[in-house]
Amino acid sequence: MRVPYSWLRDYVALPDGTTAFAVADKLTQTGGGKLETIERVGEGLSGPLVVGKVAAIEELTGFKKPIRHCQVVVTAAADGPGSAADPQLIVCGARNFAVGDHVVVALPGAVLPGDFKIAARKTYSRDSNGMICSARELGLGEDHDGIIVLPADSPVGADAIAYLGLDDEVIEFEVTPDRGYTLSLRGIAREAATAFDVPFQDPAGIQTPEADDSGYPVRVEDPAGCDVFVARTVTGIDPRALSPLWMQRRLQMSGMRPISLIVDIANYVMLELGQPIHTYDRQRLSGPIVVRRARAGEVLETLDGGERRLDPADLLITDDSGPIGLAGVMGGASTEIHDGSTEVVVEAAHFQATSIAKTVRRHKLPSEAAKRFERDADPGAAAAAAQRVVDLLVELAGGTAEPGVTVIGAVTRPAALTIPWTYPGRVAGVDYTREEVERRLHQVGCDLEAAGDDDLVVTPPSWRADLRDPNDLAEEVIRLEGFDRLPSTLPKATAGTGYTHAQRIRRRVGTALASAGYVEVLAYPFLGQADLDALGLPENDPRRITVPLANPISEEQPSMRTTLLPGLLAALRRNVGRGTADLALFEQGLVFHPRKDAAPVAPRLTVERRPTDEELASLDAALPRQPRRVAVVLSGLREPAGWWGPGRPAGWQDAIQAARIIADACRVELEISQDQHEPWHPGRCARLAVNGRLVGHAGELHPRVVAELGLPPRTAAMELELDRMIPAEEVLTQAPGISSMPVATQDVALVVDAAVPEHDVEAALREGAGALLESVRLFDVYTGERIGEGRKSLAFALRFRAPDRTLTAEEASQARDSAVELAASRTGAVLRS
Amino acid sequence: MSAPNKSYDPVEVEAVKPDEVARHRADALAAIAAAASLDELHQVKIAVTGDRAPLALANREIGALPPAARAEAGKRIGEARGAVKTALAQRQSELETERDARVLVEEAVDVTLPWDRAPRGARHPLTTIQERIADIFVAMGYQVVDGPEVEAEWYNFDALNFPPDHPVRDLQDTFFVAGRDAGQGQDPAGTGSGMVLRTHTSPVQARTLLAQGAPVYVVSPGRTYRTDELDATHTPVFSQIEGLAVDEGLTMADLKGTLDHWATAMFGDGVVTRLRPHFFPFTEPSAEVDLQCFVCKGASVGDPDNPCRTCGSEGWIEWGGCGIVNPRVLIACGVDPERYSGFAFGMGVERTLMFLNNVQDMRDMIEGDVRFTLPFGMEI
Ligand SMILES: [Zn+2]
Repeated sequence: MRVPYSWLRDYVALPDGTTAFAVADKLTQTGGGKLETIERVGEGLSGPLVVGKVAAIEELTGFKKPIRHCQVVVTAAADGPGSAADPQLIVCGARNFAVGDHVVVALPGAVLPGDFKIAARKTYSRDSNGMICSARELGLGEDHDGIIVLPADSPVGADAIAYLGLDDEVIEFEVTPDRGYTLSLRGIAREAATAFDVPFQDPAGIQTPEADDSGYPVRVEDPAGCDVFVARTVTGIDPRALSPLWMQRRLQMSGMRPISLIVDIANYVMLELGQPIHTYDRQRLSGPIVVRRARAGEVLETLDGGERRLDPADLLITDDSGPIGLAGVMGGASTEIHDGSTEVVVEAAHFQATSIAKTVRRHKLPSEAAKRFERDADPGAAAAAAQRVVDLLVELAGGTAEPGVTVIGAVTRPAALTIPWTYPGRVAGVDYTREEVERRLHQVGCDLEAAGDDDLVVTPPSWRADLRDPNDLAEEVIRLEGFDRLPSTLPKATAGTGYTHAQRIRRRVGTALASAGYVEVLAYPFLGQADLDALGLPENDPRRITVPLANPISEEQPSMRTTLLPGLLAALRRNVGRGTADLALFEQGLVFHPRKDAAPVAPRLTVERRPTDEELASLDAALPRQPRRVAVVLSGLREPAGWWGPGRPAGWQDAIQAARIIADACRVELEISQDQHEPWHPGRCARLAVNGRLVGHAGELHPRVVAELGLPPRTAAMELELDRMIPAEEVLTQAPGISSMPVATQDVALVVDAAVPEHDVEAALREGAGALLESVRLFDVYTGERIGEGRKSLAFALRFRAPDRTLTAEEASQARDSAVELAASRTGAVLRS
Repeated sequence: MSAPNKSYDPVEVEAVKPDEVARHRADALAAIAAAASLDELHQVKIAVTGDRAPLALANREIGALPPAARAEAGKRIGEARGAVKTALAQRQSELETERDARVLVEEAVDVTLPWDRAPRGARHPLTTIQERIADIFVAMGYQVVDGPEVEAEWYNFDALNFPPDHPVRDLQDTFFVAGRDAGQGQDPAGTGSGMVLRTHTSPVQARTLLAQGAPVYVVSPGRTYRTDELDATHTPVFSQIEGLAVDEGLTMADLKGTLDHWATAMFGDGVVTRLRPHFFPFTEPSAEVDLQCFVCKGASVGDPDNPCRTCGSEGWIEWGGCGIVNPRVLIACGVDPERYSGFAFGMGVERTLMFLNNVQDMRDMIEGDVRFTLPFGMEI
């Protein structure tokens, strides 16, 4: 809402010297409006700028365009009868004026916007001591050709800056959706008066005539959609009458374009009172105005030229010809005011906010009128607004008000609320006095009645439909008393138990991966068919069953992700593209899986009471499963090359190791086995499990996927479902007994088939070695001719220790032999000689 | 080592005579002083303290002396051996110092050489800043609660007092899950699924109230979605952290105190908040929260010579929204508004990160460029 400061001051007796900023700042504090910007108009303009009167015009010829050399009287004294003394000589290129016209003259020494300095000079071989100004030269807009011709009663010699209001400020307020009344000078002025504790002059506080039956006939068939409809008629309008400069000026500063006198008056009154006005050319109306909902198939050409296919929920203004307007949103073309209109029917009505809002959205047709109706315009302002329009049409357009006054419906105020007068103080934590509470509610416009010693019956004014609950009233008192009155007290929260087990693990996983050299990425959680195809997922892969969005950001990625990999791989590619080759990235986040047999719609439950547990369960049953996953991707070198030697490429091992790091952080045992699973390399894919339950996969990506996505060769990845890694119960680590006895070490090299997993051999050794075994560590893998085709040799270091004695060599060897024996029987291992 | 058990032989007792002892002592000290290297000293050490050293031999002879003479001889030889030992240690130390000065210098390396063989990693600052904020509230006794990102409209809107026709409940502002009939017949607008990508983390508060009842003190950080275009200051996928306290007798003053405490814990001593009236459906009264600029503390206002980049020389930074929980929300969540009241607050995490750490472009936070994330390390 743009508020010209000079206009605002018409209604509020602000103390002298109060700046626009002071008002805007104060209203920001009290909630009357939030300061967005203050615009200084007439910036860069300085006098002398005066009202002049053209005394004589000499037409100059012989130049490229016609030029006038004018004598302009610029002092009041010189404008006396029979006096033409001291006129200024001024050369002017415009032609839209005549002798006797009043004009705006910039005298030598004046500076116009754009640092345009006026000086006495010689031009077109004539003396020119100033300039006759156009609207554009004064920064008043671009609309008018030629110079400004002022009304005949404008005082010659007067300071034109003050007379035209060229020196002004416009405050732009952000208006919150609950405070529709501040979309008007009237509303802002009321707030300013309250904030500064000065009198408020209500522009709607004017006499309005009684309704009668002789006004323009109106029938409201949908009183729920339209509870008040006022119609007035003005005839005999002079179609040539122009909007006065001050009105044009105020409209411009308020962000509206002057159009024609009738339209300008309607807009002016809307800005002033917040009541949208519609004007109809009476000669174009046929029969009574009827307010009703649209019928199927009806069409309306709105005055922006658009053809609107109407919806049965649209509220319409109609006459015998059919629809003539979308009520409260935009009028129709057929009854529009035009250049020759002389008879006007003025509509000031009140329409239901939600109905208007839906029509606006349906037709994508925002308008100044609709903006006000959507935020609960004041039904009580309709009659006054219609009267203001009538008065201005009579005064400025030479019209005659017809006596008939049509008023349909009645103004209703919001329902009265009963609150203890102490209630605002209880909400705030401040001891307001009863006087303070009552005074503030009065200032808002409420009527108060005492009910017993403790309670107040509060009836909000017609413009405050937002005051529905006791807390709404509390807010009014608290904000007007000032939020700075609120003390700062810290409540004592109930004793907490800190983070949950799962929350701690999630943080630990992130820290562990970052400590291992991974960089966290937070990718957008959307994907599309192409992403899943690029991963080479089979047709029946569950990751292809996604949650689609009705309005995705991009058609390429219309669904919620079922895997973290596309987002991570895109980030990997972006980094590579920007010149970072060695990458290890991770992400923790949700994936989304539609539930089998879920209800297609999550029901909209009641808000009047707590829904039952069954009702609440029905919501969750409709929602997709949203487990948390963690994934890593790697490419380039895992350890960089340097002066110490070559680097080590990242590979499948690192991806699987990342899973081990996570398992460690979760304190669970990770079971790794060979697998084939898209998008991994079929020979380099690990199945990750915990307690036998699949949690994810890791390894090198399939070369086709790498090629398809343009990834660096041998890009590796791991993805697992973190929620499945987090034990239901926190696992307490049992402290081990530490033996101080000496260790006995035995190395064994076992030859097995190449296909036998190391894990199986190691597990057999571990089991076979018995209780004395402290650790097993693989320290070498050998393949080659010496052990034969299709075989591999695994070398292990076994460490034995007893808790209570030094082991003999025989004991250690015996334990080793039984370990080897079990490995032999389980895996076919042969001791390498 | 024990001496061989020899019988008494007066000839050999020569060795314990004072002159002899003094001579052996002087010889040994001279040899020690003459040793020029650690190796030579080692040889000397064997010669003057080994089994065959004169003083060692003399020591063995003490037993051959008459009992009356033993004590004095023992003392004499002991002193001599002690002096030799001291001289050896001293010379050893001298020679080691000399060697250190020479050899260790030869072993010098360039300690400024890089050794970044283990690559560095980092957590995303949006993650760590949420943890830092959560830590502050956990220290105050709050719980941290999570919830789903695809959320039922009822939790996201209805339970929070958004009327059914509220303008944000539209494809223009909110991502909707496409229902079975989206875009046709029963659901021409495509909003009929009753499911949205949550537009704030407030539905978690509703879930918490429904699950736990009052009193509760919780914060919920997490990802949220609105249909903004991605640019330097907007992203359709962003993060929020919200707090909710519902208890007997909570007031706006308590809300203000809580925000002040948070501001101080996060931005430094004495940084306070300012509330300005605003409107949110789920709180009444509602306010926007300004944070006093933690860099200039307002000193840059009206001082064009010392502008402040963090607050744009306005002294205050718009931080988030807050208010007293609308009793209608309490009713929908099964909490008795006659008995309990509460406050709620919420801040954009990206925005907080932008002014706390001077992030210039929102896109940097979502693109996953490691050059952006690495400097933030493990914690913020
Ligand atoms: Zn600052």
